[in-house]
Amino acid sequence: MEVKREPVRPVDADRLRVRELNAHQLLRGSELEGPNRPAHLEGEELERYVEERVLTTTLDSAVAWARSNAFFPLAFGLACCAMEQFHTAGPRMDIGRFGFEAFRASPRQADLIILAGRVSIKMAPIIRRLYDQMLEPKWAISMGACCSSMGVFNNYALVPADKFMPIDVHVPGCPPRPEALMHGILKLRDLVQDNPGPGWRGRYDAAGTEEQP
Amino acid sequence: MPDATGLELLAADLGDAATDTVYFRNRATLEIDPTRVREVLAALRGRGYSFLASLHGVDYFPEEPRLGVHYELLDMARVDRITVKLRLETASPEVDSVTPEWPTADHQEREVYDMFGVVFNGHPDLRRILMPEDYEGHPQRRDFPVGGEPVIFTRDERKWLEEPSEPV
Repeated sequence: MEVKREPVRPVDADRLRVRELNAHQLLRGSELEGPNRPAHLEGEELERYVEERVLTTTLDSAVAWARSNAFFPLAFGLACCAMEQFHTAGPRMDIGRFGFEAFRASPRQADLIILAGRVSIKMAPIIRRLYDQMLEPKWAISMGACCSSMGVFNNYALVPADKFMPIDVHVPGCPPRPEALMHGILKLRDLVQDNPGPGWRGRYDAAGTEEQP
Repeated sequence: MPDATGLELLAADLGDAATDTVYFRNRATLEIDPTRVREVLAALRGRGYSFLASLHGVDYFPEEPRLGVHYELLDMARVDRITVKLRLETASPEVDSVTPEWPTADHQEREVYDMFGVVFNGHPDLRRILMPEDYEGHPQRRDFPVGGEPVIFTRDERKWLEEPSEPV
């Protein structure tokens, strides 16, 4: 396909500026004076005019949108899936395209934990502690067969992640390719954009499970 | 060179501490009385087998006595190996620890204790090494359930609802 690049003509630029000003005036309830005064709009025309030019949203949706496009994942790998996780952040897949490239070394700064690998019974309390140390709102992805269904290591040593912490997205595969993890993260982005509420206890009906001092 | 030539002579020197000798595919094995393991290993060390390369547990289920402990000894000067085996009853799987003489046995005996439940008397610090300390059972025993957690996949959901006791 041939791409044509044309300079913006002054006329169009003027027209754009005029339309912008008109929209401002319309919203204020007053109208422009002088030769650029727009034709008087009423009823359906006015509706369409405003609809075309004005974007309204709630603060919650705007926050959810911003939040969903800037996860700070925890730099955390458990086993072989972690290799694929690194590649997701690497130049070929480049998760930075979506704004998720800031891997954090501390759970206090992260809002997404990716369980990349198998979780042994001994490791589970440590992961749970990391998850509890993360600040709300926080999300969790279980990457690979092992920590979703324990995969080929379904034996005495392992425990599925759902048994001890809430998981928002499961990414299947053994290990999942970086594309699959990316798809999982984008699914999570969709989930967060729908503004599911800030706390995981609210999302998963887990009120009353707070640890008592 | 085949291992431990003169295995029969070795066993004869050990007297009734050695119960049997097996020579299979150039591998020499000495089966011994479990109560005299320290004595036997000390005697073998005197003959040059001064390196305990490995110590591991075995479960011979359903044979009795079921549990076994193997000691792999190496003579580094002659590059000669010998395996010492002993068998233990499941009811009282107790054997003397060789850790005081062979410090390398420390962690390996702890692993055998963890996985097979063999108790090593005289071990300085006998507790679990791999599994959590509050874990119940000894997972490498053959009668330990193979599967871990049953997993409810979406495709089996209906089956689970109808027969919850049936593992998938």
